[in-house]
Amino acid sequence: MSAVATRPRGASRRVGNRPAALVLRAPGTNCDRETALALELAGARVGSIHLERLLAGEVVLDDVAMLVLPGGFSFGDHLGAGTLWAHRLEKLGEPLHRFVESGRPVLGICNGFQALLRLGLLEGGALGPNASGRFECRWVWMQRPAAGRSPLLEGIERIAMPVAHGEGRFAASGPASLEALHERGQVALVYCDEAGREGAYPVNPNGSDGAVAALTNRVGNVLGIMPHPERNVAPGMAPAGRESGSGLAIFANAVRMARG
Amino acid sequence: MSIDAVGALEIVPRDQTADVHARALARILSDLTPTPPAVTHGRLYLVAGPPSPRFHAAIRDLCLDPILAEARPGEDVCAGAGWVIDILPHPGVTDAEGESLADALTRDGFAGVRARAGHRYRIEGALDPALVATAARRLAHQVVESVSWRPASCPPDEAWQRGAFMPEAQPDPTVETVPIRALDADQLQELSARRLLSLPREDMAAIGDHYEALGRDPTDVELETIAQTWSEHCAHRTFKATIRHRERGAEAREIRGLLKTYIMAATEKVKRPWVLSAFRDNAGVIAFDRGHEISFKVETHNHPSALEPFGGANTGVGGVVRDVLGVSAEPIANTDVLCFGPLETSPTSLPPGTLPPEDVYVGVVAGIADYGNKMGIPTVNGATLFDPGYVANPLVFCGTVGLAPRNRRPTEPRVGDLVVVAGGRAGRDGIHGATFSSDVLGAGHTELGSVVQIGDPIVEKRLADALPKARDLGIYTAITDCGAGGLSSAVGEMASELGAEVELARVPLKYDGLRPWEIWLSEAQERMVLAVPPAHWPALQDVFAGEGVEATAIGRFTGEGRLRVLYDRQVVADLDCAFLHQGMPQRMLESVWEPSPWTAQTPATSLDADLAELLERALADPNVASKETIVRQYDHEVQGRTVGKPFVGPMDIGPADAAVLRPLARSWRGVAVGCGINPWYGEIDPYAMALQAVDEALRNIVAVGADPARTALLDNFCWGNPNLPDRLGGLVRAAQGCHDAAVAFRTPFISGKDSLFNEYRLADGSTHPIPGTLLISAIGLVPDVRGAVSMHLKRPGNAIYLVGTTGDDLGGSLALRLTGQGGGRAPIVDLGSARRTLSTVHRAMRKGLVQSCHDLSEGGLAVAAAEMAIAGGLGLELDLDRLAVSESGLSDAVRLFAETPTRFLIEVAEVDAAAFEVVLRRLPHARIGRVVAERRLHVHSASHPLLERDVEGLRAIWQAPLAEARA
Repeated sequence: MSAVATRPRGASRRVGNRPAALVLRAPGTNCDRETALALELAGARVGSIHLERLLAGEVVLDDVAMLVLPGGFSFGDHLGAGTLWAHRLEKLGEPLHRFVESGRPVLGICNGFQALLRLGLLEGGALGPNASGRFECRWVWMQRPAAGRSPLLEGIERIAMPVAHGEGRFAASGPASLEALHERGQVALVYCDEAGREGAYPVNPNGSDGAVAALTNRVGNVLGIMPHPERNVAPGMAPAGRESGSGLAIFANAVRMARG
Repeated sequence: MSIDAVGALEIVPRDQTADVHARALARILSDLTPTPPAVTHGRLYLVAGPPSPRFHAAIRDLCLDPILAEARPGEDVCAGAGWVIDILPHPGVTDAEGESLADALTRDGFAGVRARAGHRYRIEGALDPALVATAARRLAHQVVESVSWRPASCPPDEAWQRGAFMPEAQPDPTVETVPIRALDADQLQELSARRLLSLPREDMAAIGDHYEALGRDPTDVELETIAQTWSEHCAHRTFKATIRHRERGAEAREIRGLLKTYIMAATEKVKRPWVLSAFRDNAGVIAFDRGHEISFKVETHNHPSALEPFGGANTGVGGVVRDVLGVSAEPIANTDVLCFGPLETSPTSLPPGTLPPEDVYVGVVAGIADYGNKMGIPTVNGATLFDPGYVANPLVFCGTVGLAPRNRRPTEPRVGDLVVVAGGRAGRDGIHGATFSSDVLGAGHTELGSVVQIGDPIVEKRLADALPKARDLGIYTAITDCGAGGLSSAVGEMASELGAEVELARVPLKYDGLRPWEIWLSEAQERMVLAVPPAHWPALQDVFAGEGVEATAIGRFTGEGRLRVLYDRQVVADLDCAFLHQGMPQRMLESVWEPSPWTAQTPATSLDADLAELLERALADPNVASKETIVRQYDHEVQGRTVGKPFVGPMDIGPADAAVLRPLARSWRGVAVGCGINPWYGEIDPYAMALQAVDEALRNIVAVGADPARTALLDNFCWGNPNLPDRLGGLVRAAQGCHDAAVAFRTPFISGKDSLFNEYRLADGSTHPIPGTLLISAIGLVPDVRGAVSMHLKRPGNAIYLVGTTGDDLGGSLALRLTGQGGGRAPIVDLGSARRTLSTVHRAMRKGLVQSCHDLSEGGLAVAAAEMAIAGGLGLELDLDRLAVSESGLSDAVRLFAETPTRFLIEVAEVDAAAFEVVLRRLPHARIGRVVAERRLHVHSASHPLLERDVEGLRAIWQAPLAEARA
């Protein structure tokens, strides 16, 4: 776990070559520690802060080089996963939008992805209950569509990591929106099998439209991803037949972007 | 605030096929009628607050994502023939979603907001009203929810809706003095029953004598405190009782406490220096490395889960997690072991007041998933059993593993320290849970709504986030969880030596109107009690506030040896701690053990079945079949520590013997967690069952790479009414078995728990116990997780060894149950050699000689071989004639399906075979075959084929049963 203080107020966005990453927690966030660890392994200097302390101004987003919304069950998933987290984050207002517009990376994993969509920082659909109606934890494969353009996915073709969610089914907001997302290169990753073929359950574990597993914003600095890259960042973490540690690439890309 | 202005909003998901609630109703209707109408389900939100358009817009904005759902006004009335079923929580029952909605609206500046979240079902077509009523009653968890149904053309019953809100109440300072000195023994007993004290005659007499000597009568607060403290649940009276035990052909003998004589005695004899705390704190603790310790606790939550499966299992997880918080550790893994009635049990054949096993199964699994997943604790190991003996009394064992810096567990409150309660607020939830679980279930218990609590895992998550910070700052001196018995038990235990004074008016309440004794006993969830030196109180408040945890100082430790409870500065209880904690009469019990008539029967030596068909039936038995449908509902990867996963092999379907965790990111050292349980041996002999349960738990963790010399055990007994000598006789045998096995394996018990009175009383007065059930959980160190071993076959051409001797051990076996045959004795673990077998297998693993390993348990060699092949997607060729056997002439069926303990099936690369055999030279073992690429399981004897099956076919048979069950 990070030895870095949780209040990097006034700190520069960068110390040496280690950009400051801020892991944002809400009540019920539960993947913050392994996410912080992944960011450290990738070369970031990590601070972690509770939502209410951020809202109280204990950290200024301008001092941060990268923002990460980790997985979990913020506010118990009440009123729909990510809803209440997004509702609170809206109160940040202008500084958050300024952060995104500055091109600094924002990463939302699982519940973080759900919150980014509800916040409107990502677009094109919503994440609803899995087609099975159940929470499900399993390892999946994903690949980058040819048009996928986010620098956060650079160098990644096909990658394995676990999903663990009950509300991860991407429902496109309209018949044209999936196509539009693809055209703009915003579909970052789609579920596939180990050979790269799309397929029904369990290849597409939640019944997502277009097998969408991850999205970016139009610029490509905001990434939302349902599966958990932080659960595959070191040797021994992946089961038979997958490359252990391959999820680290996403964090490494984010760190590189944050270095500017 | 007024609740007259209640607005209602219905949120209906657009994709109803993904809605489990809609599916549940559709399924219920299809059971009731051949032509079920279509159904929909939506959430129903009732909100009281300022009636303004802006407020309504805010509610809608929060509750509705228009891509996923549509909103309908709650008072919506439709033309046509359909029905509406509404379900809302009872007033006062925890409703975390409603609270979240109210919180969010309050933060947005709306005043006086209250909200309740429920469900609205719509039946889109005509249906017999009686069937609607049946469906409605089955949908609602009536212990915690109320249900209303009406034709869709009628408006909702607003008075009923308002009933979901707790009515306004004033504080109620009423304290009764209970005139017990005037009562005779029978009247005392009647008082115990009426007040749900669950205290036996001699306890009531002791209380009477005590107050006689004091020259006054007790207050209700005092009497309730004594009942909680002395309850079976809190004081383990049966395990501490003096027992006169008789067995046929032996002198009666006196056992001075099962716990001391058998369980703790084993731990003392084994003398393992790495045991840091056994049977002392909320959880057992062992050393992990120089800087860290690992804690482990397993609890049961059986009675509540029988009445309200989701809430019962949910709070079962919450409770055991708090035990680990109570040793100042961070929870890093959960386990769960579940025993249900057969899922196909017909709802019409159930004893009155019993829920259908299918509903219990669905609710319990969902309850466990909800709590563990939301707290971010991976659920990594467990078992699920099905037997008709669990129809009325399902068992829910929940375990939690914790990680903490070594020996920094504050456990000693000091005089002057503040008594601080932190976390949730008190309500009427779960009052009398401790005494309730110390009694037999009967139909009447379903009316005791208040015995079941509903959890809020996010509140506990906040606590779990705050406590390690407080621990690292060293700002509390003791901590314990607030579970059964509520504050009365938590504060009472913490203050058992020093004494304390507590002001109940300071305890934060969910709603007013609780009497002092109710505040004191409330089992509202997600609370911990801490002892905090006054100098550290501001720092503690700061840490807790930072995580949104409410913490309140309600008193102080006095050093006067008295438990003094005040309400609004009036003394409502003043108890002598010595009487409270040592004044309970020593319980004297009789037990008798009669060997099962089965034991005397000639052991079955052959099975009247085709062997291949028998294997298929074994794989299709729900006790053996894949549990993937259940286990994948649990997050087993969160925290990133699960290196040995519940499912292994290239297709992620192989059932791992145990989980392997890597607690620290900078160390390769790991822990393995596994379990052993088999009630069917216990039907023959609970002693044999106990040996087997220990053996199985150890086999499971050794199979994945744990060091058996660095392994500790937990015991959990679930039994019938111990006051009946035959039930207690079995319990004595099981405890003896635990002792003998633990000593022989040199594995200490570090924690345990018993859940007794698992019986059901029928209307005719007859009572029926569950099969006496012992769960052994094992936790062992894995020296290097890179050397951990999995159970799926790895490579064609590798050799297959069976380690251990196979004997004539079909008694209690799966094969006999499947073929409807009785007879035989239960398999007995060879305590003289078993430890060496485990340590030798471990040594072979340390040398890197083992490619895969699977223990032999239910279904014996046949099932183990099939599972390894299924998991690896490869085939096996096995020659039965090569087995190491205890006697000649064993039939093919015995050799394939015997459940002789302490055996492993091990895959070894050809290049390592010689070295492997050297390591194993002192153990019975045999090379019995090899791995083949063709996906066939082929078993032969004297070169004629005995069993030949396609592995893909076996896989389908093994995966189908629970995948097809509702969940």
